[in-house]
Amino acid sequence: MTLDTLDAAYRALQRRVHPDRYAAAGETERRLALQSSARVNEAYRALKDPVKRAQHLLSLHGIEALGETDTALPAEFLQDQLARREALAEAQSERDSRRLAALLEETRSEIAGLEAALAEHLDAQHALDAARDTLRELRFLTKVAADIETALAGIED
Amino acid sequence: MALLQIVEPDEAPAPRPPRRAVGIDLGTTNSLVATVRNGIPVVLPDAQGRPLLPSLVHYRKDGVDVGYAAQESLVVDPQNTIVSVKRLMGRGLADLSDARRFPYRFIDVPGMVQIETGAGRRTPVEVSAEILKTLRQRAEASLGGALDGAVITVPAYFDDAQRQATKDAGRLAGLNVLRLLNEPTAAAIAYGLDNASEGTYAVYDLGGGTFDLSILKLSRGVFEVLATAGDTALGGDDFDHRVYCWMLETGRVGPVSPSDTRLLMLKARDAKENLTTHASTPILATLSTGETIDATLSAERFVEISATLVAKTLGPMRKALRDARLTPAEIKGVVMVGGATRMPQIQKAVAEFFGAPPLNNLDPEQVVALGAAIQANVLVGNRAHDEDWLLLDVIPLSLGLETMGGLCEKIVPRNATIPVARAQEFTTFKDGQTAMAIHVVQGEREKVADCRSLARFELRGIPPLVAGAARIRVTFQVDADGLLSVSAREQTTGVEAAITVKPSYGLADADIARMLEESHAHAAEDMAARALAEAQVEAERVVAATEGALAADGDLLAERERAAIGSAIATVRRLAAGNDRHALAAAVAALNRATEEFAERRMNRSISHALTGRNVDSLADD
Repeated sequence: MTLDTLDAAYRALQRRVHPDRYAAAGETERRLALQSSARVNEAYRALKDPVKRAQHLLSLHGIEALGETDTALPAEFLQDQLARREALAEAQSERDSRRLAALLEETRSEIAGLEAALAEHLDAQHALDAARDTLRELRFLTKVAADIETALAGIED
Repeated sequence: MALLQIVEPDEAPAPRPPRRAVGIDLGTTNSLVATVRNGIPVVLPDAQGRPLLPSLVHYRKDGVDVGYAAQESLVVDPQNTIVSVKRLMGRGLADLSDARRFPYRFIDVPGMVQIETGAGRRTPVEVSAEILKTLRQRAEASLGGALDGAVITVPAYFDDAQRQATKDAGRLAGLNVLRLLNEPTAAAIAYGLDNASEGTYAVYDLGGGTFDLSILKLSRGVFEVLATAGDTALGGDDFDHRVYCWMLETGRVGPVSPSDTRLLMLKARDAKENLTTHASTPILATLSTGETIDATLSAERFVEISATLVAKTLGPMRKALRDARLTPAEIKGVVMVGGATRMPQIQKAVAEFFGAPPLNNLDPEQVVALGAAIQANVLVGNRAHDEDWLLLDVIPLSLGLETMGGLCEKIVPRNATIPVARAQEFTTFKDGQTAMAIHVVQGEREKVADCRSLARFELRGIPPLVAGAARIRVTFQVDADGLLSVSAREQTTGVEAAITVKPSYGLADADIARMLEESHAHAAEDMAARALAEAQVEAERVVAATEGALAADGDLLAERERAAIGSAIATVRRLAAGNDRHALAAAVAALNRATEEFAERRMNRSISHALTGRNVDSLADD
């Protein structure tokens, strides 16, 4: 499944169930539209997010990814992240929003690479263990990206 | 740009007269009402042909003046002439950092601030309702009858309290509020939709008192709001205030009275507007103390004294882009909204940021009302075939709960597409605990103290269990207006305790009813007749909707079910012709109940239609 087909299916569904389609309808239909539309939004959110989608697919194979004990990461990856965390702390204390923005850009592009690898593992190779490893790294990087965003927002406020 | 085309309506004549629907831009400085007439959105002017209604309300001992009629009292009676009431909506006195800039006698009450006026205490909701009522009367006179529905616009950055207050004001003004619509989204709608408009756009909206930046994606007739950011206390008024401060400094005048402040603020506004097209502007004013101000403000100096205000709009621009994961270069066009965007320094800053000149094709003061009118027209059911588009909006601020240690646990993150429903489980932390306090907050900060408190309620009747054994599921639901309701339920033992709250600053339905009655008691309008007319409109709407549903999906019903609905319709019809509005309301409620199961089946059919019988790939062509 590609993101385009997901987007198209999502829009087709919302065209049918969105509350705006029932603004002139009775109370019951308005309530149902609200509930249905909210469910479609949640489903879309879960499928659009590569991490959630992978978690869901792995769980269908009995693999509970990203559990509390599922935290092992390669040493090399951890070293890179340590360096990045230091850069983040430094840029934050110097209130250097340009450097933070560059860090964010870099982290996001790594995330995009991991997401592509994840899709490859799951959809093309059915390499479930590899997918599970990639997921851990993705979760880590997503947290890093969120922290950079928070730091940026803190400076700009 | 190709986006700027208003869609023509279907050529086929409508089978029934179009319903009367309006879009209202309830602005800080000016308000407007617009409608779609013969397929073209138009602003409805007053009897003197003026499109704007100054957002001014003057309370006299024996009555109320709104708009231009209140302009003179602005200088003569500033304490009882309310301007910029939008800034007070849903706000407590403590929220108003600039409370001293208002000349009113504020009353600090929990929830929302009140104002002591010559006509008694008034809430910002009541003041806004006066403006909306004037617009409603203008529209009714122009369209020749009671309105079927209205869409009211709000800044995208309005939080739940401000939205709830706006909706309450609409109801208080006797409007059927179909939807609260974000102003930038309304502007984008006004700019029209066609295939050439596919792409990502930014809407830069600098109104009288608020600033919003929204990123919208248009594709195949679906409007998606990707991100929104802004500042609820930044607007054109602040530029006036900078000029005002400059005047006081330059003129070396001492403390000024409220009426002189008003006079100078008006002069400041004139100066600001002059500088849009002139290199300098003279400022002449004589104060009540006899002091005079005679100065010349150059465009250059104006740019200097307002530079920090212009810079303040850059932060939200960067934030919105970051949330949408876009760079300025990926934005196809920037739509300008609000009279304040006419200022050359704003135009320049936006052009520099995005690397391209912004779009100014439509009147920036009318564009929001026009877009709201188009949306109202669609919502009320005057949909033409080729206007088949859909709006998917987002919430501007995260919603969460207070957890241990005064921290905020986010349940619905900002920029989540609405409507949305999300649940999270919590547990008890003491043995035998039977109640749990739930504190709902809105904002991006980690500490609850830094977020806005929306509501507190208690979930009682939790079965006494050991600590950590109870499972309490808290559900947040945000509707298409961006309004929140929260419910909580204990689920381990089958003992259910659920409660749904509306945040506490909102007015209870009983309050609305009381205010309506009070306002009607003062007005010459015949309240009973009006209530009956409203009930008849509602009845007609529900019957039409039900008949439409029967025509489309009648096969989902057994003969017996169909007959039951048919008889409920007949009852509504019969009572709608009479004048007992209570009986009519009861019949409409009965009809709603009779169609409940039918509605559910229709929704399921609709969903399976969208999902099955077709290859997923073919959906891409929809």
